[in-house]
Formats: sequence, structure tokens, C-alpha cells
Amino acid sequence: MVAFLIRRLIQAFIVMFVVSLIGFAIQSSLGDPLRELVGQSVSEQQRETLRDEMGLNDPFFTQYLRFGEKVLKGDLGTSYFFKQPALEVILNKLPATLELVFGAVMIISIFSIPLGVYTAIRPYNWVSRLVMGFSLIGISVPVFLTGILLTYLFAVELSWLPSFGRGETVVLFGSWETGYFTRDGLLHLLLPCITLASIMLPLFIRLIRAEMMEVLSLDYVKFAKSKGLSPLRIWLVHGLKNTMLPIITVGGMQIGTMVAYTIVTETIFQWPGMGFLFLEAVNRVDTPLIVAYLIVVGAIFVITNTLVDLIYGLVNPTVKLARQ
Amino acid sequence: MALLEVRNLEVSFRTREGIIKPLRDVSFTLNQGERLGIIGESGAGKSILAFAILNLLSRPGYISGGQVLFDNQDLATLSEKRLRSIRGSRVAMIFQDPMTTLNPVMTIGQQMIESLRAHRKISRKDARVIAIQKLKQVQIPSPATRIDQYPHELSGGMRQRVTIAIALLLDPLLIIADEPTTALDVTIQAEIISLLLDLCVSNNVGLVLITHDLCVLSQMTRRMIVMYAGRIVEQGPTKEIINDAQHPYTQGLINALPQLSIPGTELKQIPGAVPGLQHVPSGCAFNPRCEFSMDICTRVEPGFTCSGGCSVACHMVEELVNSMGEDL
Repeated sequence: MVAFLIRRLIQAFIVMFVVSLIGFAIQSSLGDPLRELVGQSVSEQQRETLRDEMGLNDPFFTQYLRFGEKVLKGDLGTSYFFKQPALEVILNKLPATLELVFGAVMIISIFSIPLGVYTAIRPYNWVSRLVMGFSLIGISVPVFLTGILLTYLFAVELSWLPSFGRGETVVLFGSWETGYFTRDGLLHLLLPCITLASIMLPLFIRLIRAEMMEVLSLDYVKFAKSKGLSPLRIWLVHGLKNTMLPIITVGGMQIGTMVAYTIVTETIFQWPGMGFLFLEAVNRVDTPLIVAYLIVVGAIFVITNTLVDLIYGLVNPTVKLARQ
Repeated sequence: MALLEVRNLEVSFRTREGIIKPLRDVSFTLNQGERLGIIGESGAGKSILAFAILNLLSRPGYISGGQVLFDNQDLATLSEKRLRSIRGSRVAMIFQDPMTTLNPVMTIGQQMIESLRAHRKISRKDARVIAIQKLKQVQIPSPATRIDQYPHELSGGMRQRVTIAIALLLDPLLIIADEPTTALDVTIQAEIISLLLDLCVSNNVGLVLITHDLCVLSQMTRRMIVMYAGRIVEQGPTKEIINDAQHPYTQGLINALPQLSIPGTELKQIPGAVPGLQHVPSGCAFNPRCEFSMDICTRVEPGFTCSGGCSVACHMVEELVNSMGEDL
């Protein structure tokens, strides 16, 4: 277990190094940060002095080393626009994004498992056909369209739900603003979470269904039937546990992907999270913020994947973490 | 008294090309404590017969005719709930590949205890005691520690012992073993066979042994059935059939066995292959591969003729028996 964690830590370090290198490398192609920083009135000579002061004229690796040194000290640079440490700016927006992703993951977990299992057990009845049909539509419609359609229907036409923002929030543990403890906050969460889940949910229903059907055709399920066990026990004890093993792995990776997906959802719903911030940063060529965002998202990926591997090892007896 | 009586059993599969019948007109009886072997090539319908006896066929297969009488109940028409109470407790099954018949994420003990608790009102603790005792019966060393292990921690032979222990848990009257030794090496095969044989004899358990191995079959059974393309072609005492097979197909099977006593002789094989179920030849299904095929064989499906202690489905044997009758 300890050996596994140490190995994972080394791997994570390498991944983060590569991410930071890539993130840092692209910033030179993102345009001139000075154009955004200073007005028209500043002369070319003054600009050049500013560039020298900011170290923008140094060779790439000198710049990267300087950057790397700072990163190791926890300093991801200062946002050009906010004039604040980039990491702080992003971490301020992190709760909003994580709450959005959490809501979507809850929706996916609550609906995909029963629907996937049901459509696997009764593949031919009309409910299953309906679920499968809708899931195909869900996968095919892009997130931005789903978001706009939901807003139009529930916010504009029916005025049941708010169309943008986080609504009323409560501060937890000093700094974490949450929308999960007020009615208004929950109402504001509903549409964005559904939108964010709209592609992953059908994907997972189909994944669980396919995996479950595969498992149900295996010998140990037939053997369980020949032992005279009840169908419920065969489905839920023999079938589901084996079905969920590969799903856990895929699901963990998708949580990272969803953090990235929030860019579109947050833009549609004016959600004050990281994704929305990132898009603004790109528009403003706020390179330290862009690089910091990439590093934070990279770190989230690494952390969720490590956690998923740990959980997988705990659930699957054939995996021994200590031996890896 | 007959323990199991199968009467004219027919199994159908609904496919896109129409209905196919992988099992037709299968009848046999098995007495209490009797051991019956069923042999045939792959695709002869042996495994389907094994599953059909317990009415465990999964879609698109179903029993489309005949009866499976066990203990005066017809398993072919019994309700699912009643069937469940018979499966595992009165009739148990052993599968071919012990690597895949045990659930990889459950311990041996969990898989044994759930079986006991599905049929008896019994505490986990008591069930565990019975499970350990059964593991001891199948000669698993240190059963009290083995019971908490997962299947991947056991060797193939060990796992098959575990599945046998699971089959014996509720003291069934009948065990259906579907090629129980095919996936094991020869030395372990011999151990498992003698173990299974001992347990069947000492507990007076009936056995339907499905195999394609004539040697295994001759060691374990008194009576045997030869199947071809979903039908029984020959049925009778094992010794008699192996010494003096009547049906050309059975003769072919026996002649195809390598003779260890005469090294260097070429193996005889039956020409051709088992027909696909969509294109079973008319008349006798074996006629295209049969060296004695006559005109009638391609037109009329042969009925059963009694010859000695055996019953054989072959026109040639029928004529032979009839002419002998005339001579007398």
C-alpha cells in the first residue's frame, strides 16, 4: 500500500512536470500579454523595457526554470488581469466548479446504475427500448445545445428554475461557498448539473448495460443459477459487483474529464467557476492564469485517478496494491 | 424406482433464420444412485441437454416439447420458484471450467454459504461449519483457512474440488456434471474422477456425466448414451457399447481412439464434420459421413431398434436384427 502510494506520487510528479511544461510552452503562442496590460499610448520603447522587466525576453528555458522554481514554492504567477496570485484566483472559483461536478456525478450515479442494470436484465421490454433510445439522443446532442434547450424550457417558458448564477450561497469552514444548503442554491444547481450530466449519463447507462449483459452470460452466473439462488441475489451480488469493477476505472477518469467539460456548461449558465474563469483568461491572454488552470486541472486528474485506483484495489480482491 | 425420466425432450432456439432444434426426441431414465454417461462430439447437444434437465436454458433457447420427470414433477413445466427450490438442493450441477465457474470477487465461503442459506433456514455460523465439513470431504487441505480465500488463490484442481463441494452441500439426489474434467491436466483429471466417483457411490447420488472422453466415461458409468446432431443414436450398458458398438457413428468414435498398445498405427477418423443445426441432413443425420449409408438412410429418420441390451437408431442395424429374427 505504501509502496503503491510512493510509486503513484512519483508518477504524479512526472505527469505534473509534463503538464507544466506544455502549459508553459503554449503561452508564448497565446499572443502578446502587453497589449492587454497597457493602453495604446505606451510607446514601443516603453513596452520593450516592460518586457525586459517582466523577463519576457529571456530564453525559453530560463523562463521555465524561473517559473518552475516559483511553482515549487507554491507560486503559480500573478494574474495580469486580477493582479492577484493566479492560484488564489483559481482556488476561489474551485468550490463552484467542484459543486457543479459533484451534482452531475450524483445524478449520473443515481440514475445510471439502476437504469443500466434494468436494461441489461430486461433487454427486450419497452421500458428498456425507451431508455436506450433516449440515451442515444442524449449522447448525440452536444452539451451547449442541451443547456440552451433546458434554459429555454424551464427558465424562459415555464419560469420554474433560474437560468444563471449560483443563487444564494452559504459559507462553510471559513472559505468554501456552497449552494447545497439553501433552497435557492439548489434550484440554481439543478439545470447546470443536468446539463453537465447529459452526455455522461447516457454513456454510463450504456456502459453499465453492456458490461452487465456480458457478466450475466458468464459461467459463474450460470453456476449461481444452478445453485438455486434468487434472481435478485444473482443480479445484485453476482452480477453488479463484477459489472462495477471496470465502470469504476472509467468513471474515475471521466470525473477529470467533467471538470474540463464545465467550461461549456459554466459559460451557458454564467456559473462563476473555474471553467468560466479560464475562458475569460483566454480572451484576456492572461497567461499565468491559463497555465495555473492547466496545472490545477492536471492535479485534479492525477488525484482522482489515484483515488480510483485505490478504491479499485479495495473492491477487487484479485488486485493486491502492495505487490504492484 | 426412476429418479429422473426424460421423455421425448425437445429444445428449440429462436433465431433470425427461423427456429432450430438442437435437441430432438431425447428419452432416457436414470435410477437412484445410477451413473449415466452422455457422449458426443462438440455440437451434439450434450451441454444443452444438461441445462435443459434443470430448465436452465437462457434465451433464445427453450424447451419446446417433452417432459423431464424428477421426483414425480415435470421440470419442463414447473414454476420458476419451485424449480429454484430443486436446483442446487435436489439436483446440482458441476461445470466444465473451474476457472470461470466461481465468482472471482467472492470468497469460497461466501459462495458456499449463500447456497446453503438459499435452501435452508440456517445461521451463517452453522452454514460455515457445514461448508468446512464439505471441503474436507473433497480432500481440500486446511479447509478452515481455504474457505476465506478467493478463487484466484486456488489451483484449477482445487477449484474443481470446491465446485464439487458446492454441488454436494445440500446432499442432492442427482448431480449433472458437464465435462467436469475437460479443462484440467490429465493427472488432476484422474484425481477428480476418482473423487467424484467415490462421493457418488458413498452418498448414493445419481450422476449424469457429460463428456467427450470415452475413457472417463467408461471408468465412471454403467450406462451410456451416444448423441449425434441433437439426437440419441445409441443407448445401453457402457461395457456392451464399448466392446460391441452397433451404430456406425459409435464405432467411428471408438475406432478414433488412439491405441497405446500398438504404437505407430495411424488414427482412424470419421470423415466430414458434425452438421450445423440449420442444415441437419434429412433421414439419418449421420448418413453423409456413414460408410454404410443406404438409399433409405437419406430419406427416413431411423427409429430405435433393440439389439442386445442396447437401443440403436440405425436402418442397417434394424435390417440386421429383422433378418436374424427371420432366420430363427
